Amino acid sequence: MNQILPFNPGFTLGERAEHLEKQADGRWCVTTSRGTKHLAPVVFIAGGLGSFEPRKPPIDNIEYFEDKGVEYFVRYPEFFKDRRVVIAGGGDSALDWTIYLAEVARELTLVHRRTEFRGAPDSVEKVQELAKSGKIKLITNAQVTGLHGNGKLDGVVIQHDTEGEFTVETDYFVPLFGLTPKLGPIAEWGLELDKNAIAVNTLDYSTNIQGIYAIGDVNTYPGKLKLILCGFHEATLACQSAFKVARPDQKLSFKYTTVTGIEGLPL
Amino acid sequence: MKEDIKITVFDRDNERHDLDAPTDMGMNVMELCKAYELPVEGTCGGMALCASCHVYVLSNHILPEPTDDELAMLDQAFFVQDNSRLGCQLKIREEMDGLEVKLAPVSQ
Repeated sequence: MNQILPFNPGFTLGERAEHLEKQADGRWCVTTSRGTKHLAPVVFIAGGLGSFEPRKPPIDNIEYFEDKGVEYFVRYPEFFKDRRVVIAGGGDSALDWTIYLAEVARELTLVHRRTEFRGAPDSVEKVQELAKSGKIKLITNAQVTGLHGNGKLDGVVIQHDTEGEFTVETDYFVPLFGLTPKLGPIAEWGLELDKNAIAVNTLDYSTNIQGIYAIGDVNTYPGKLKLILCGFHEATLACQSAFKVARPDQKLSFKYTTVTGIEGLPL
Repeated sequence: MKEDIKITVFDRDNERHDLDAPTDMGMNVMELCKAYELPVEGTCGGMALCASCHVYVLSNHILPEPTDDELAMLDQAFFVQDNSRLGCQLKIREEMDGLEVKLAPVSQ
């Protein structure tokens, strides 16, 4: 933080950049998920692999049932009070929420592909106890392969390795298979994409839209290497180019901070 | 220099690719696929953290047992079968000569 202090930037944390809009004066406006707006002559996208989104099971109609019974996160446990819930997954989050929601939900079923669990041993033991005492229903060697309901989820189809296919009635299906990086809203900004990355010109790491640059893992170009070293190089060259866009009337002089330091910081 | 071995990869269209695989470069099956520009992402760089290199082992080779990390990741992956492995965890060794794998479907 001391390093960046002399430049006095603004910070917006815990929000996702959602929209990019060109203003009448030529500047860009980036709006976040919470409505924070940033106005600037240039925008740098240094989004890495993107934002982490829940991994969705390959069930045909799963997107149709999102917000109609399919929930990828447990935001408010009370939401499930006195409801029937099916959780799928075998990791720590599946185990932890099974233990927690066993007390909240009217009926709770945990579906896992294998017999063994990879979560914390203590949680595994607790889940086994809950199953033994009948507080939850534990279905192992099985996967959820289908969803049905009319406008709202009312059941999940379970494919069991030996017992075949059967349906469990439920109000909610909570698949917990971890997170995976996705480009997210950036993909809708009109930028030229190549295999989920933003195509840039290696002259200055500019995108196909003037004033928008992409650096680091989020970009791609012939010979791209995802290395921190290369990310720094990309940022440096992009800054030189961005200066000319942001301050077209000013002369850019190249300096070594090791010789003259940074204005406002002792050498 | 050690001699290369052969590893066969069937892509998602079931097209067969017979690849020359070096055993003296510390390479794994995910890296081999990427080197031949097969559609394998290898997003996490080989740390068993993304399952984008998920393959099915088709031949009867005896491979090193999956580690806990690999099994944990496979638990979060889809289209998993008994012969599922993460390519990044299969370090190429001489005993793998003739290994046949198929790329698993990509999940969302």
